[in-house]
Amino acid sequence: MDWWSWDRALEVLPELLVAFVQVTLVATVIGSVIAAVLGLIIAITRRTAPAFIARPVHAVMEFIRMTPIVIQLLFVFYTFNTVDGMTLGVIVLGVHYASYMAEVYRSGIDAVPKGQWEAATALSMSPARTWRKVVIPQALRTTLPALGTWVISMLKDTPYLTVIFVVDMVRQAENYGSRTFVYTESITMAGLIFLAASYPTSVLLRRLEKRLATY
Amino acid sequence: MPPTDSTAVTGQPAIRFENVVKKFGDNTVLDDLNFDVRRGERVTLIGPSGSGKTTILRLVMTLEHLTGGYIYVDGEPLTHLEVNGRRVERRPKDIARSTQKIGMVFQQFNLFPNMSVLENITEAPVHVLGRSSEEARTRGLELLDMVGLADKAEEHPTRLSGGQQQRVAIARALAMDPEILLLDEVTSALDPELVGEVLGVLRDIAKSTDITMLIVTHEMQFAQDVSHRVLMFDGGKIVEEASPDVMFTSPTHERTRSFLQAVL
Ligand SMILES: Nc1ncnc2c1ncn2[C@@H]1O[C@H](COP(=O)(O)OP(=O)(O)OP(=O)(O)O)[C@@H](O)[C@H]1O
Ligand SMILES: [Mg+2]
Repeated sequence: MDWWSWDRALEVLPELLVAFVQVTLVATVIGSVIAAVLGLIIAITRRTAPAFIARPVHAVMEFIRMTPIVIQLLFVFYTFNTVDGMTLGVIVLGVHYASYMAEVYRSGIDAVPKGQWEAATALSMSPARTWRKVVIPQALRTTLPALGTWVISMLKDTPYLTVIFVVDMVRQAENYGSRTFVYTESITMAGLIFLAASYPTSVLLRRLEKRLATY
Repeated sequence: MPPTDSTAVTGQPAIRFENVVKKFGDNTVLDDLNFDVRRGERVTLIGPSGSGKTTILRLVMTLEHLTGGYIYVDGEPLTHLEVNGRRVERRPKDIARSTQKIGMVFQQFNLFPNMSVLENITEAPVHVLGRSSEEARTRGLELLDMVGLADKAEEHPTRLSGGQQQRVAIARALAMDPEILLLDEVTSALDPELVGEVLGVLRDIAKSTDITMLIVTHEMQFAQDVSHRVLMFDGGKIVEEASPDVMFTSPTHERTRSFLQAVL
């Protein structure tokens, strides 16, 4: 048996693509939305909430960032064992990456010049309105590329979902291997699909970054 | 050009500083400062760097926290008031009522770069004063015309020159129909050739409105032309107070003379 067969590679492709769309893509998209929204809420909370709220939020986020996602997946999976793995997995991914994205937002928010806040005050704009119309739009501009980088990271973290028995694309590739006793093609194809998904995204992000650099 | 003296009508100055104290940490910048600005009056603050001029304007705009004393706007306490002999802070909502009467133009323009020129001008009138967008738009275009930028309404601020940006900032402040306008070295960040266009606009406003103005500037000719009164500050205290003609030609105090000699 030679070490690579195009027939096998093509044969495994459909099931990999199905798993990619059903699990990897779904988890990444929903997880990213959760992370992006929650991360922003956390970043704003840390700037605006009184210390007795902001501090614990910060501590929890720090904890999430400093522990492996696998631990978090296993912990949540075995604690809330009535909820299905995919749902829990997406939430854990989202919350985990929210902790990173919150940091990104924070630096973006801090980078908005003090003069912008002062101009808003001089115009009697409410704090809420100032956040919504002045600070967040300007912070987003500088943070979008970095947020995108975390989305790619999340995409590459989706195989960890297998620890809570979600059959993602990588597990699907392994399954093919255990059926046929050959793993090389299926694992390679899974890797190529990841590459095909993340490379264009990062190129797009770089372009976006250039576009956003100036108003 | 005497100030329209509606003080006589209401009995209240536009701005009153009463025993104002401002400290940054241990650094006492203003110590027991007292002065009034009448309605319609244009007062220019001059003085060496660090004498507290910016701090005074920022206190009126509530951009700094007042350490001690009181500031009144139209006779109403701005951020603090006295209740039974105790000094208490006002609620944000009450403060907002007073600050709505005050507009400020900054040295660095501080336009919102994520909005068009016209959006910069209409944002607050619509969302703070509750005007209709058409009304705000019409007025905004009027103001842009007045500052000579009618053709820049849809432009992004970052594509304008410093002088143009500052004129937009002036229009933005005026769109709120302020009773009081604070101008803090509004031409200091500009290339010399752009100073004139901004001062020109401000002269027009001084001539055509009765907005009370508190001005900090190093443009002494401008100060002389538009102000009713000039206050010379040093170390957070008023050293001398005079009409511009007197202040710039025959100041009484040695400190003022040496300062003016250095800047003129
Ligand atoms: N945010 C701040 N924190 C600490 N000290 C400050 C702060 N703002 C101003 N000061 C101090 O207050 C004093 C008065 O400053 P202010 O900016 O009011 O002076 P100014 O008269 O406007 O000077 P300039 O002509 O240089 O603008 C200075 O000693 C300055 O260092
Ligand atoms: Mg100053």
